[in-house]
Amino acid sequence: MDVLYFAWVRERIGIPKERIETEAATVSELVDELRSREARYAAAFADLSALRVAVDQELSDFDATLSGAREVAFFPPMTGG
Amino acid sequence: MRIVVQDAPFDFGEEAERFAAGRSDVGAIVTFSGIVRGDGDLDVMEIEHYPGMTEKALEQIAGEAKERWSLGDVLVIHRYGPLRPGEKIMMVATAAPHRKDAFEAAEYLMDYLKSRAPFWKKERAGEDASWVAAKDEDEAALDRW
Repeated sequence: MDVLYFAWVRERIGIPKERIETEAATVSELVDELRSREARYAAAFADLSALRVAVDQELSDFDATLSGAREVAFFPPMTGG
Repeated sequence: MRIVVQDAPFDFGEEAERFAAGRSDVGAIVTFSGIVRGDGDLDVMEIEHYPGMTEKALEQIAGEAKERWSLGDVLVIHRYGPLRPGEKIMMVATAAPHRKDAFEAAEYLMDYLKSRAPFWKKERAGEDASWVAAKDEDEAALDRW
């Protein structure tokens, strides 16, 4: 699936997007997998209360299932307007 | 309903005029525009967004407003990219038979697109750059709806 990062999450991880082969069943499992990869991921995902997640471009939460998901995005709380 | 996400500037007067033109089905039009406030020594406000999701989220928010209030039409324009103090970031316009619906729907649109549309702002002042943090009061503003 495609994993996208925005704003400071993108800066901390260092890339805007990557393709990941994963068996993760939920967003939380995907986060655990990413955290264990490298320090920059662990830093970006250190505090989940500071993060929001979208699954297939719909706002979601960390317990959400990933079955059939094509795109997951992580970003800080939004500041539009 | 018209939703526009663009990097180019827009002409607020022209957009408002076009939105209002030829309508006899409504009695009230409310427009709002947000501009880059030149706080301190702000040079540039960079707006990042999530192409694809942004349009969907705005359409969903505008669609909910149309279900909730009696609206003839809704317009949302939101820019992204680098903007300088004084530049217009976005505008909303609502048309309704009566002003109460037009005002309330415009406020609803603003409250929701502030914290539910995937935009992020970064402020640059000289060598300093910082992401604008979401405010608790913006989240709390959704409770009234």
